[in-house]
Amino acid sequence: METLSNYIADYLELSGLAREILYAVLIVAVAAGVFMVALTISGLLTLAERRVAGRIQSRVGPNRVGPLGLLQWLADGLKLIMKEDLVPAAADGPLFRLAPYLVIVGVFAAFVSVPFGQLLIAADLNVGVIYLLAITSLVTVGVLMSGWASNNKWSLLGGIRAAAQIVSYEVPAVLAVLSVVLLSGTLSMQGIIAAQGGWPWHWYLFHNPFTFLAFFLYFTAAVAEGNRTPFDLPEAESELVSGYNTEYSGMRFAGFFLGEFANIYLMSAIATTLFFGGWQIPGVTPEQQATSWGLQLVGLLIFVAKASIGCFVVIWLRWTFPRLRVDQLMSVCYRYLVPLSLLCLAANAVYMLLIPAGSMIDRIIHYGTAAFGGLVGLIFLWRVFHHIRSVGDRLDLNVLARGQKGRFDPRIQARRYGKFRKKRYSKETG
Amino acid sequence: MTEVLQSTPDREELILNMGPHHPSTHGVLRFIVHTDGEIMRKAVPDVGYLHRGLEKIAELQTYPGYMPFTDRINYLEVMFTNMAYATAVEKLLGTEVPPRAEVLRVLVCELNRIASHQITLGCITMDLGAFTPFVHLLRERERINDLMEALCGNRLTFNYMRIGGVSQDVPDEWLKQLEAFLDHFEPVIDEFDSLISYNEILIKRMGEVAVICAEDAVGFGLVGPNLRASGVDWDVRRDLPYGAYPQMDFQVPVGMGEKGTVGDCFDRFIIRVEEMRQSCKILRQCLANLPEGDIKAKVPKMPRPPKGEVYSCVEGARGELGVYLISDGTPKPYRLKWRTGSFAGLSIIEHISRGLMIADLVAVIATLDVIAPEMDR
Repeated sequence: METLSNYIADYLELSGLAREILYAVLIVAVAAGVFMVALTISGLLTLAERRVAGRIQSRVGPNRVGPLGLLQWLADGLKLIMKEDLVPAAADGPLFRLAPYLVIVGVFAAFVSVPFGQLLIAADLNVGVIYLLAITSLVTVGVLMSGWASNNKWSLLGGIRAAAQIVSYEVPAVLAVLSVVLLSGTLSMQGIIAAQGGWPWHWYLFHNPFTFLAFFLYFTAAVAEGNRTPFDLPEAESELVSGYNTEYSGMRFAGFFLGEFANIYLMSAIATTLFFGGWQIPGVTPEQQATSWGLQLVGLLIFVAKASIGCFVVIWLRWTFPRLRVDQLMSVCYRYLVPLSLLCLAANAVYMLLIPAGSMIDRIIHYGTAAFGGLVGLIFLWRVFHHIRSVGDRLDLNVLARGQKGRFDPRIQARRYGKFRKKRYSKETG
Repeated sequence: MTEVLQSTPDREELILNMGPHHPSTHGVLRFIVHTDGEIMRKAVPDVGYLHRGLEKIAELQTYPGYMPFTDRINYLEVMFTNMAYATAVEKLLGTEVPPRAEVLRVLVCELNRIASHQITLGCITMDLGAFTPFVHLLRERERINDLMEALCGNRLTFNYMRIGGVSQDVPDEWLKQLEAFLDHFEPVIDEFDSLISYNEILIKRMGEVAVICAEDAVGFGLVGPNLRASGVDWDVRRDLPYGAYPQMDFQVPVGMGEKGTVGDCFDRFIIRVEEMRQSCKILRQCLANLPEGDIKAKVPKMPRPPKGEVYSCVEGARGELGVYLISDGTPKPYRLKWRTGSFAGLSIIEHISRGLMIADLVAVIATLDVIAPEMDR
């Protein structure tokens, strides 16, 4: 940031007040840029969720607005902006209005230190990880505030559930993250990526069996922090109507919604940074990457691809699992996740103490863990594709209203169901 | 109800008004929930939001004229309400139903049972937070709707049966289509099992939750799958045989306490999955032994049954579905009373709700399969 500002100021031969003004303008520009990027990402994620959900549920999903439905999120946003901004008469007005902004600010501000690329980071803070974990805690305040200010018992229950859940699950998440911080010796996001390498066996995911475990602990805790199924109790539709955002409408509701989706990307991005080697390209050192714009672009694509896979898994989970109950949620956190993440932290510390970095044993453990992880992943993928294939092989029942190709064919339906339907459909199909 | 609302609780209680429009009340159903945080003290059901006076209407209609109204008792088990009413009038008239019509009735009833259980199972999983199985089951139900539409022109309110038989014979190719559907659907049940039935979270949510012991189940008059889940082996199809059921070979699944105690939510869930398999079995037998002949007995256009009263019941998707009918010799019924499974299912909720969590209440309503229109009539 400062380097960029100085560079431009020197180029324009500015000095004194003009320099300061340029710096301020640049800060605002970058903040707006980060906001737009986060907004676009969360908008596209809403579309991705609906498309993936459609595929999982054997339907199509939105595909009418723009090519492949790519502009659907803009249409949705436009609709929500035009809706009436309703504040219930009995609600606590100022708090009610403020709550969605806290959620948005909490999540979007975290995008400032997401390292999309080696140079593509708005602010590489030296306390990056701590900053991310701290600023996203604003979400808790916003959610609890919305639950309280709505003056609705369902909202209140949702808000209280959310507060209890997010605060509880922050403990295992932070402990799991600390394992990586311990190994890399830095809190800076770029520093953590630089400490890893391009190939999978250089990632912290496969550093040793305990970081492998730590990743799953972090992922579980992060899904819970993002209020996603199977931990979506704060907005459990079938229990609490819509949870804390029951009374919200229009753009304020969209605020919660965008915050949730931005949070999904954020957690995937953090996991990519901490465990998956971020923007590192296999076979290219960070020094080489710094010299070439092409390699920078490849790094950005690699980061986005890794994070997108994480988002896909979160969406996949949502449309597969039922929801836990409140007591089960808490027992998962305090009886399993917290002790396990403490164990991971301690084991990583012992590992660092006993096995010198870069030694033969260290490298053997990397390769071993990577091989094991790869095997687990392959078995899992094989099972998934096995199931998909076995469903596809089965007799597809298209003898009723659908043609041989499996697509809806009004003519076939007319032939089967007689004349009056034929008339109706012939009018529609021409 | 007003007493409950106005009474001052002796300890701090949160009184929640769940319904009449709440996403998981399955129609227009209302509970007044007394909670201590997330734990319920009690849930008091409030009924009557869908009362349409369907029993009174019967007194104003001729006997055949009331048939379309039976469709509206419960939109999920239309064939059973049709059949219960038709058999009651036939008993009064002393009509013999032709064998082909009897088998056709069993056939459509079992098809309807599958469709009804698909909705029920889907709603259970959806209320517990898993949306996908619901959509998958609706996709399969669409095939049944298509079949029914081909058979009688309607997709939901079939109005297929008549006093003395059924309205139409099966169209060409229909039986082949039904067989194709069965070939397709039986593996889908296994797929459903592997997708969600034995999901660890679902078992945790339903096992040991809201256990109804056999005494309570009988005492509160539970019927059908709810009763059998509590370990009481009673099925009208087998124990009070009617229609073509004596010719059919099928098992009656009973709750085993597979993932907890006998009579918990999981038993009520898994018993319905098993019943779908048994229905497929009955359907295959119907297809194999469909006799030729008439589909409707000769019944006068405006029958005047002799004076008398009769109770007739069938095993619906929600258990014993009974009609109590009094005739005074005129073309219109003197009195008609419906006995439905949903009302009994609802009445036990207050008894078992103490100490459950709010999330469990949703599971209890869903697994007891309470359908508001059937309850209020």
